[in-house]
Amino acid sequence: MSDTRPTVLSMKDVTLAFGPKVIQKNITLDVKKGSIFAVMGGSGCGKSTLLKSMIGLLRPTTGEYLVDGVPYWDGSEAERTELNHRFGVLFQSGALWSSMTIGENVALPLQMFTDLKPDVIRRLVELKLGFVGMLQAIDLQPSEISGGMRKRAGLARAIALDPDVLFFDEPSAGLDPITSARLDDLILNLRDGLGATIVIVSHELSSLFHIADDGIFLDAKTKIPIAHGSPRDLRDHCDEPQVHAFMHRERDEEGRN
Amino acid sequence: MLRGLFFIHPKMTERFSNTFSENASALTQEQEQADPNIEVHLQQSDPQTKGASAPSWKLSTGENGPVLSLQGSWTARSGSIPSFPKNGLDDAPAGSVLAFDTRETARWDTGLIAFLWDVKRIGHDRHITLETQSLPAPMRQLLDLLPDVPAVKPAPRPKRLPFLEALGGRTLSGLTEIGTVASLGAMTVKGGFLALSGRSRMRFVDLLTDTTNAGPYALLIVGIVNFLVGAILAFVGAVELQKFAAGIYVASLVGIAMVREMAAVMTAIIMAGRTGGSYAARISTMQGNEEIDALNVFGIPTSTYLILPAVLSLVITMPFLYLYGCLVGMLGGFVVAISMLDITAAGYFHQTVTSFGIGQFIFAFVKSIVFGAFIGLTSCRIGLKAGRSAADVGIAATRAVVVGIVGVIAIDAIFAVIADVVGI
Repeated sequence: MSDTRPTVLSMKDVTLAFGPKVIQKNITLDVKKGSIFAVMGGSGCGKSTLLKSMIGLLRPTTGEYLVDGVPYWDGSEAERTELNHRFGVLFQSGALWSSMTIGENVALPLQMFTDLKPDVIRRLVELKLGFVGMLQAIDLQPSEISGGMRKRAGLARAIALDPDVLFFDEPSAGLDPITSARLDDLILNLRDGLGATIVIVSHELSSLFHIADDGIFLDAKTKIPIAHGSPRDLRDHCDEPQVHAFMHRERDEEGRN
Repeated sequence: MLRGLFFIHPKMTERFSNTFSENASALTQEQEQADPNIEVHLQQSDPQTKGASAPSWKLSTGENGPVLSLQGSWTARSGSIPSFPKNGLDDAPAGSVLAFDTRETARWDTGLIAFLWDVKRIGHDRHITLETQSLPAPMRQLLDLLPDVPAVKPAPRPKRLPFLEALGGRTLSGLTEIGTVASLGAMTVKGGFLALSGRSRMRFVDLLTDTTNAGPYALLIVGIVNFLVGAILAFVGAVELQKFAAGIYVASLVGIAMVREMAAVMTAIIMAGRTGGSYAARISTMQGNEEIDALNVFGIPTSTYLILPAVLSLVITMPFLYLYGCLVGMLGGFVVAISMLDITAAGYFHQTVTSFGIGQFIFAFVKSIVFGAFIGLTSCRIGLKAGRSAADVGIAATRAVVVGIVGVIAIDAIFAVIADVVGI
C-alpha cells in the first residue's frame, strides 16, 4: 500500500521499558499526515505506554522517534516543548485542572503561549467549547460536570492551540454508545476541519472500524507489534490468531487454561 | 474613513469597487453603532503576520442575495480576527440566503471559524439562512458543529449574605460541626471498646501501620525539637540565674518546663503538622477516588475502619512521645548547663528529679493523650469533609494542621486553668 502523504510521526525500532521491565520492543511505525492512527491491543500490552512515549512523557530506551523528520529526543528540553506545542492530548478521564473552571482550563494554554488579549482568548475559548458542544459549561467547575462532559471539555482544551497532531487515550471508555458515537463523529469533523493528524488508543471496536484508517497492533505476550494496518483491513485480512480474535471478539481459547 | 475600515487586497479593489461603495453606503447609516472591534482590528494589523495579508471581509449583493467575501490570512494567533458587527446583516432582507466567497482567503484556522460563528449567530437572529455549501468542506464541517444561539449565561452567584445572616449561618454550621466531631468521637470510642473485646471491624494491620508511622518514625524529629527546646530553656535560664549564683536551678527550670508544658505541647504541635496533615490528605484523596463511597456501600463504617486506627495510633504513641520528649529535653538542658555553668552532672540530676512531683507528670501524661485524640479526630473529620479536587486536598491538609496547632494550644490553656484549680 503506497501512501504518498507526508509522515508526521515516525518510530524506528523503538524499545519502551520501565527500568529492566520491557513493555514493548521493535516498534516501527509511520503516522501519515491527516490519518487517524489506531494503537490497538489487549489490556496491559503497552498501548498507553506507547502513547506516553509519543507525547514525550517516556523516553524510549533504544530506537529513534522522529516528529516531522526531527529526532524528538535529540533536541534540548526547550526544543521538545516547542514540538509539544504542536500536540494536543486528551487524557483518559479528561485530566482537567480541578481548581479552574472549564473555560479557564481551555484558556490556560492560550494565556501561556500566545500574546492574545483576554477578550480574544475568551472568544476562542467559547469557540473551542462550541465545537464540542460544551458552551453552557464554560463557567462550571470540573467537579460539577459528568464524565462524558469532562472528556469533551478535555478535547476542547486539547484543540486550544490548533494542534497538528491530536492524541486520544481511550476516548470512548466510560461513555454510552450514543455519546461515544458522537465523539467519533466529532473526532472525524475535527480531523477534516482542522486538518489534524490523530493518534488514538482504543479497544472500542465499533469506533475503531468507523474512524481509523491506519494502525498498529501490540501483543502483550511477545511484547512486539504483530500487525500493521487499518482496523478494517486487519479484521478482514489478517491471519494472526491474536489479531483475528481481537477483531472478531472471540475468546482466545488457546490462551485460556 | 470608512474606506479605511476594510483592507482590500490590491487585486481585489478593481473587481469589487462597485459593490464596495454600495456596501460602504449601507454601513454609513450604522456607523455610529458599528462595532468598535472593526477599528481595533485595523490598528492591530499586523506586526505578527508580516508577509501575510490581514484578514478582511466584505458584504456585497450578488445575483442570488447577499455574498460575504473573505480575504487575507485568518489565523487565531495573529490576534487580528475581526468581530462581525451586530448590525452587519441589517442590510440583507430577512429570509434571504447568505452565500460565502472564500476564494481569496490565504491561510486560515479556527480564527476564521470564530468569525463565521459570529455571522451564523447574527444571521440566526435576523432569520437569514447561511448557504454553507458555498464554504469549503473543512470550514463547513467546523461551522456546523457550532450552535447558532449564544450560550445562556448561568445565573449569577448569590450575593454575599448580610452580616446577621452570615453570622447566624456561621454559628449554626459551627455548632453542627462540633456535634459531628463529638458523635464521630463517640463512635470511635465505641469502636475502641469493641476493639478491646475483639468484636471490632478495625484491621489491626492498619493500626500497626499508623502506629509505626506516628511512633517510631516520628522519634527523630520529636527528639531534635525537644532537645533544642530544653537547650534553649537552659540557655535563657542560665544567663539570668548565673547573676544570682543560682545556676543549679537551671535544672529545675528545664525539668518543670519540660514535664509540665513544653514536651507535651511541642510534641503535639509536631504531630499535628506531621501526622494530622497526612491523615487529612490521605482521607480527602480517598474521598476524591470514591474510596469512601466504596466503603459506605459495603457497609464498612468509616469510623471504625479509617478513624479508629488513626485516632488510636496517636492516643497510643503520644504519651510515649511525651515521655521521650521530656527525657531528651532534659538532656538538652543538661548539655547546655554543664558546658556553661560550674555544676556537676550528679548535682544537675539530683536537682532535676526533686524539682517536680509525680502529679505533674501524670497530669501532662493525660494531657498528651487528649492532644493525640484531638489531632486524630479533627484531622480525620477535616479529611472526610473535604471536596474532591486536588485543590481541596491541599486545603484539607492545611486546615488540619492549623486546626491541630491552634486546638492543641487552646486545650493546653484549658488544662492550665484546671491545674490551677485542682492545685497541681
